[in-house]
Amino acid sequence: MFEGVPLSWFLILSTIMFFIGVYGFLVRKNLITILMSTELILNSVCINFVAFNKILYPEHMEGMFFTVFIIAVAAAEASVAIAIIINIYRRIVNIDVEKMNEMKY
Amino acid sequence: MTSNQFMFLLFSAVIVIFSILTVTSRRILRAATFLLFVLASTAGLYFLLKYNFLAAIQLIVYAGGIVVLIIFSILLTSHIAEKLPSASLMKKWPAALVALVGAALAIVVILQYNFPGSVGSTELVDVTQVGNSLINYGKYGYALPFEVISILLLAAMIGAIVLAKKRKD
Repeated sequence: MFEGVPLSWFLILSTIMFFIGVYGFLVRKNLITILMSTELILNSVCINFVAFNKILYPEHMEGMFFTVFIIAVAAAEASVAIAIIINIYRRIVNIDVEKMNEMKY
Repeated sequence: MTSNQFMFLLFSAVIVIFSILTVTSRRILRAATFLLFVLASTAGLYFLLKYNFLAAIQLIVYAGGIVVLIIFSILLTSHIAEKLPSASLMKKWPAALVALVGAALAIVVILQYNFPGSVGSTELVDVTQVGNSLINYGKYGYALPFEVISILLLAAMIGAIVLAKKRKD
């Protein structure tokens, strides 16, 4: 326990955030909003890693480095995804997922 | 209630409210701004846990980099005044059901498990220690993942440039 904040509070917070992200991922149609929901999901996982690191092994930094690498992967993913989105927008002038039904161009 | 608990509840309230607004707002630029608030208060949680270096990375890379990138692409691909069409109820209800059932299941499991109440040290993580771990290849060293992530970032950068480049055909 970290000075009065139980571990389960962190876990419940990240669970709620994760499933809000899942809801957005399922409901949204615009590609950029789907990307934003993915960021929410990744962020909730980071909170879990950091909280477990603090409670289980406060003298080591495994969870912290895992979070740093998750943030780096999220940055790479966002940049490539936005390049793809801009490319799609150039071709069909729309970024609605339901209007994208062919891979061929 | 200790001050740590109070700050945790404050940050988590901000996170939950603005996450919901992020996925339900119909103006896309506002959704991006709400995402910025969520990421900033996550950095606040990291400050609370005394991971100052990690919180700085979160603020610089997420709030400073990714959100700005998202806002740029919003401005490139849609009109600011435009409102997104509301999702149909046929789509909303199953998604809400999946999210609620999944969250309820996970929270029940979390509450049933008694997590050990050991008190961990809350000392500040030294930046020297972080730097030594990142270039160390022994036990608790992260030199290999660090190099791999740098190659991944380079590849993603080149890939993004090639993908977004204007074709001549």
